[in-house]
Amino acid sequence: MSMAESLVRWRYRFLPDHVVGELLSKKWIDSVIPFTALVLLLAIFGSIVPGFFGLATLTNLSGQVAELGLVVLGLTIVIVSGGIDLSIGSTFALAVLATLYGMNVGQWSFGTGLAATLAVGAACGFINAVMIGILRMRAFLTTLVTLIIFRSAFEILFPKVSTALVTSSPDSPVYDYLGLGQIAGIPASFVFFVVMAVILHIILSRGRYGWRLFAVGGARRSAYNAGINVRLTVFSAYVVCSVLVALAAFLFCARIGSAASDVGSGLELQALTATVLGGISLGGGRGSVAKALMGVVFVLVLSNGLLTLAVPGPVNDLTLGFVLLASVFLDVRWTKNRHKILRSVYISPTLVKMPDPVSTEPGTPMAVNDRLKDVGVIGLGVLDGAEDVIFDGEDRLYTGSRQGEILRFYPPDYTRWKVFAHIGGAPLGMAFDRQGNLIVCVAGMGLYQVSPAGEAKLLTAETNRSLTSVVDDSPMKLADDCDILPDGRIVFSEATVRFEMHDWYADALESRGNGRIITYDPSSGVTRTLISNLVFPNGVCTAFDGQSVLFAESWACRINRYYFAGPKAGRLERVIEGLPGYPDNINRASDGTYWLALMGMRTPALDLSLEMPGFRRRMARRISEDAWLMPNLNTGCVLRFNEKGEILESLWDQTGEKHPMITSMREHKGVLYLCGIFNNRMGTLDLPNADKNWFSSHSYWGKSA
Amino acid sequence: MVSANQRAAAMRGGMPRKPIKISQEKVVIGISVVLFSIFSIVLDKFLSEGNIIALLKNVSILGTLAVGMGLVVVGRGIDLTMVAVMVVGVAFSIWVSSLGIDFTVAVLIGAVLVALIGLFTGLMIAFAEIPPIFATLAIASSIYGSGRIIFPSDVLYAPNNIGWLKWVGSGALFGIPASVLIFGIVSVTMGLFLRKTRFGRLVYATGDNPNAARNMGLPTRPIIVTQYIISALIAFIAGLIMTGLVTGINTRIYNSSLIYDVLLVVVLGGIGLSGGQGGVRNVIVGTILVGILTNGMTILNVSYTNQNLIKSVILLTALAIDAIINPRDEQTSQTGDI
Repeated sequence: MSMAESLVRWRYRFLPDHVVGELLSKKWIDSVIPFTALVLLLAIFGSIVPGFFGLATLTNLSGQVAELGLVVLGLTIVIVSGGIDLSIGSTFALAVLATLYGMNVGQWSFGTGLAATLAVGAACGFINAVMIGILRMRAFLTTLVTLIIFRSAFEILFPKVSTALVTSSPDSPVYDYLGLGQIAGIPASFVFFVVMAVILHIILSRGRYGWRLFAVGGARRSAYNAGINVRLTVFSAYVVCSVLVALAAFLFCARIGSAASDVGSGLELQALTATVLGGISLGGGRGSVAKALMGVVFVLVLSNGLLTLAVPGPVNDLTLGFVLLASVFLDVRWTKNRHKILRSVYISPTLVKMPDPVSTEPGTPMAVNDRLKDVGVIGLGVLDGAEDVIFDGEDRLYTGSRQGEILRFYPPDYTRWKVFAHIGGAPLGMAFDRQGNLIVCVAGMGLYQVSPAGEAKLLTAETNRSLTSVVDDSPMKLADDCDILPDGRIVFSEATVRFEMHDWYADALESRGNGRIITYDPSSGVTRTLISNLVFPNGVCTAFDGQSVLFAESWACRINRYYFAGPKAGRLERVIEGLPGYPDNINRASDGTYWLALMGMRTPALDLSLEMPGFRRRMARRISEDAWLMPNLNTGCVLRFNEKGEILESLWDQTGEKHPMITSMREHKGVLYLCGIFNNRMGTLDLPNADKNWFSSHSYWGKSA
Repeated sequence: MVSANQRAAAMRGGMPRKPIKISQEKVVIGISVVLFSIFSIVLDKFLSEGNIIALLKNVSILGTLAVGMGLVVVGRGIDLTMVAVMVVGVAFSIWVSSLGIDFTVAVLIGAVLVALIGLFTGLMIAFAEIPPIFATLAIASSIYGSGRIIFPSDVLYAPNNIGWLKWVGSGALFGIPASVLIFGIVSVTMGLFLRKTRFGRLVYATGDNPNAARNMGLPTRPIIVTQYIISALIAFIAGLIMTGLVTGINTRIYNSSLIYDVLLVVVLGGIGLSGGQGGVRNVIVGTILVGILTNGMTILNVSYTNQNLIKSVILLTALAIDAIINPRDEQTSQTGDI
């Protein structure tokens, strides 16, 4: 091996470039840009503004954060629900008027004043809510107009009471405490705000109401079709928003104690900038309390910093305008291109050097023949997506379908059939346990058990999360084949944790060890990953020795043996290497050997490309998926091998008409049943030399079962 | 040959009846006539020649702006920068002329600046794909902010000795005030432009269904950019009319609700905000109604704040009626369409 080759090899072994794609698929990645911007802003202002981190500045800032924060949280709720509220500034002004009038002139108690303020907010919100939620008017224009209406109302009322507001003062110690009191050095209003933010966070991220808001904002039509009351949800968002704005106004009054005639004007622009800046998408469905807070701190630090630097007001407005424009721009671009970027960087092929394939020349056990040419047919035209086949004690045949069903065919001729159970997903590998329950691996759903009565039950869909994984890899994406150990534990393969079943060729393109072998213990209900970083682990079969399992790694074209008991417990051995095709299911044969299906054959072009990861990456990025190199699944075969890994014989269909690909086979009472997930039939081949009474469950559990 | 079914339907009186079509335009014309009659009877000063001329002059600025807004709205956009562009563009021209440059040349320089602003807005909307409402809202605030930085005072007075500016303010042709004439010329040009030119038809196609237009191979992005350049230039023309009428420009107009009045005209006139429908005729109808309303309220001595309140309530009602007549269907409404 040359120096350059070793370097390339190390680069693909030690530079985990698949992590980039996984990082991009994390939810918090949305907040990286705003967060970086915030840190930069703090660093810049912290170094040029004197006393920026001083106690007085921070106290002042926290009071403002509490007020703007409540407004922005209200706006967040509205935006998440797919709308917008521009009237918040005017609502704020009206609520300030209500508070000041009540507390100063009316000398109301704390409770009455608060209730009155919130009522004013709710009334304003109600007007918006009726028009946008019930009449379904356009949110932007409607709230733009109510902005003028509420502001006009304020301008009509304010001059009439302004002198009275100044000449009297409130008489409520609780109110004063809310405005000026401190809890352990922290302003009381800020503590109150933090409590509110935590409550809102729980409601939005964990509560039913929050989920409905996200559903309506994210996909209005789907939410409607799912039975969510869209109008009521939108309605409530505007009311809640305005009530929060009124609450902010109450805090504002308690802190400042007076108001100018332009109170709250421009607040909508400030709040909107904060919301969008934090990464809450206009158009709905994405956002969180934490994002909103990030935006609030950014906007306040920016405007306060500019104020301290004595920048004139117009420049301040100008800056805010451009910040809004830039953040909307980034938001639009990010939302639009995020999945494209993810798609192009997600697939990260690695370097694989394939061993030379076992010869298929005449005279060798793998020699191509036509023994599958004239086989019997079952379920022609009925089967669609039959990956595996199995029999029960009454010779009834079970197989899966693409529609997520388990079909049962009846002997003797297997023409009569019915749906045995409906699970969903794509049922793949199957096995019968000691009690006669059918254990099924369902791609996309996990491991299922079907009782003899046909009742499906989920056994497990999650394993332990691996420590080094960036994304949560505990849910199962592609449970493939299973078998049962003598002690009752179920061993099954999960082919890949990075792709869905229909993207199987993307995993082949990576040829990275993305799969794992998992055990499930029915007695304790514990699921544990046994071996990870396997290259598309597929067929699993408990060996005759009762101490080991055999499993296939499809894209690596090899068969392994894992010892779970006995003197070699915990060891992994290669059984066969360099298969000429991609191994799929393994099952026991009647004479103590094993049947193995090859779903397709290796091709020199793909083998060569596996040594060129850069080439495969460029291919994945630049050309459309249907033009990618992918494993050839047009010619499959069945072979038999013994405990030592010696191939004994092989069965082929050269014309490729009846069984172009083979994913599984099962020997039952002297007949070999063949199936392929893309085939429209199941084949039957008589085995003249086989034991005519051999039945796989007997081989596992003895004749008494 | 009439089938049995159809005959049965005819016997039940089930022949399809032609629905009576009440377009918004006709309703608005009706209301205008009613309001005009009421004001003429109730207010003795309303029907005087001086008042009618004043009404038309006032309306000409609003109407000119609304023609530009109408173009953008037909193309499924909205331009909230118009008032900012108007005041800052004209103020910039006056400021340039105060540096010793001939006023006419200064106006041309101002027009270039305004076109550049329109180009920037258009690029932000068409190429950066920022929703027009946000783009124009943020750009409007930025334009006004920059204007406030450059110009020392709020009110800038135009030079006194410019002949054509005087004519714009006080001249007339066949008894029609020049400002009204300019409004008429802008309207007619825009009307012909939208109805008769290929570009005008493309604006309708883009506004009606941007995706379909794009799939068809229409240059939707350049079309959108052009719309905003034209609307900015029309705003500049409106600014010149205003300068002619009051011999100067008050940049504080930006803070008034003028932009909402413009929207009111467009929406009342019947140009749907979803784009692709309506035309200059709708703008004129809307302008007349809002003009009569404003004038009547001014004569009635309704305060500015109350006028705003009344006009906003009317706009809100118009939007509500629009929402009821053309309801948004949960099955077809698009996510993110705010």
